[in-house]
Amino acid sequence: MSADTPAIEVRDLVKTYAGVTAVNKVGFTVARGEILGFLGPNGAGKSTTMRILTGYLPATSGEVSVCGLSVATHGDEVKKFIGYMPENNPLPDDMRVSEYLHYRGRLKGLGRAKLSIRLDEVLELCDLKRVRHRIIGKLSKGFRQRVGIAEAILAEPPVIIMDEPTIGLDPHQILIVRDLIASLRGRMTVIISSHILPEIEVTCDRVLIINQGRVVAQGTPADLRREVFGHSSYDLEIAGDFDAALPEVLARVDPSLAVSETGAPDAAGFCRLTLTTSREDDLGETLLRSLAADTRLRLRSLNRVHPSLEDVFLAATKRGWEAVDAPVPSVK
Amino acid sequence: MKHFLTILSHELRMLLVNASTYVAAVLFLGIMGFIFSGVLDTYSKAAQESSPATVFFQLFWIPVLFMVPLLTMKCISEERRLGTLETLLTAPVTTAEVVLGKYFAAYILYLLLWASTGGFFYILHHFAQDPRLLDFGPMAGGYLFVAISGLFYIAVGIFASSLSRNQAVAGILSFTLLFILIVGLNYAGTLEVMNLESMKPVHAALDYVRTFRHLDDFSQGIVDTRQVLYYLSGSVLMLIFSILSIEVKLLHS
Repeated sequence: MSADTPAIEVRDLVKTYAGVTAVNKVGFTVARGEILGFLGPNGAGKSTTMRILTGYLPATSGEVSVCGLSVATHGDEVKKFIGYMPENNPLPDDMRVSEYLHYRGRLKGLGRAKLSIRLDEVLELCDLKRVRHRIIGKLSKGFRQRVGIAEAILAEPPVIIMDEPTIGLDPHQILIVRDLIASLRGRMTVIISSHILPEIEVTCDRVLIINQGRVVAQGTPADLRREVFGHSSYDLEIAGDFDAALPEVLARVDPSLAVSETGAPDAAGFCRLTLTTSREDDLGETLLRSLAADTRLRLRSLNRVHPSLEDVFLAATKRGWEAVDAPVPSVK
Repeated sequence: MKHFLTILSHELRMLLVNASTYVAAVLFLGIMGFIFSGVLDTYSKAAQESSPATVFFQLFWIPVLFMVPLLTMKCISEERRLGTLETLLTAPVTTAEVVLGKYFAAYILYLLLWASTGGFFYILHHFAQDPRLLDFGPMAGGYLFVAISGLFYIAVGIFASSLSRNQAVAGILSFTLLFILIVGLNYAGTLEVMNLESMKPVHAALDYVRTFRHLDDFSQGIVDTRQVLYYLSGSVLMLIFSILSIEVKLLHS
């Protein structure tokens, strides 16, 4: 496999279960060393897509290739490239942590000598050394989750797929898992799905939002904001005769600036205003200078509003619903 | 088949650390001991024609009916219920390796349990000091029969386990299948309707698969390759069905 083939390539992927289309013409590529976040409401087709990527489920139609090899025709080789942690992280309850990891390592084709070195590394990396001789069924959820992650990265596969790796973890553990995933950046290609949006935003290079089996948006979190909202906005707190003076100042700064919302004045007479503009670049400084220069206006605060990924997600999935409700050529 | 041994040793290990295996083993040895002492009791009252080993092995189906489901019902259904089948099959292993690994692990344990009944004969030999009670031929034949028929019965259990995610359902299913195979087919051969001229081919077929006749033959030292083939082909068929059943469920899941 040459270095420029993408780690994962999915084209027109369709999966139907007994008449229900779970995944409908999904297509995306993931470059080597990239961390891709998979977002979507429950039942959007995230887990199904991941299972097809691992070769566990066959696709109804479409092409999926991992490291340049088709999953459909080279299933056995592809499995060697993938470390997979399924949804809910199923683990045998009656094994010890090190036993389980040893068994999995052997199944993944690691030699005994290499495995024992790698096992120590992974236990260290996932902070599992303290519990290595404990029985998995008696571990807390956070530890179980980390055993699952340790298992996925055990054989150092080029591609790691994790279905909701941070579910049920406390904030401290989420931080550990996030650092762990970030430490894989550049070395391994990672796909993670999650409901926790800030999580995805911090760790992932690129985000794919999927709803009703379709990709409704994809790109870096910043791209998505732009694509979904199409404008940036600023919040300011201002007092004075702004009804007369403000439009004039705004027009001088940028013609596309407009007041979209005006709040009621507070005790000190300051109003909270929201300005929107189609300009991408930061107008903050010019805006601040011009507003401050105008003697009729008194400015207390100005800040650029960053729509959170949450807003993007809600807007994109809503858009997805509208797209789904609209009459589209049905796929049967 | 690279991972067959890994899975086999893992499964054996899991069976050996599992408490339910020991419960099953104690029950098995308890019942077998009870049967054995019952056999000896009849021998102490009156002289019998056949050796104790022959009579002992004639009752082999009682432990088979409950031991095989107990040993095998967990194999695949538990993995399916816990979801670990997904992690197992997304590792670079084939379904055939998984099924064969589990099958041979259960089979080895089954053989070990039967081998432990050899202790009964040793105790008898040690304390009775009567060479007439210990006839080596029927004993070896009986064990050979148990080993060969066990291949088939364990495969039936694995197949039942691959059908359901519920252990109890799998257990009852394998019990029923085994009952039909061992007792049902034997009974069907004795039905009145089998004496009709038109039923002759069916009767011949039923006669061929009568487990108790196989047992008699083995006890008398007759190893008929047709009978061995019956058990071998049956187990291969059951294993193929198990592999297919796992893969079909994925295909339609």
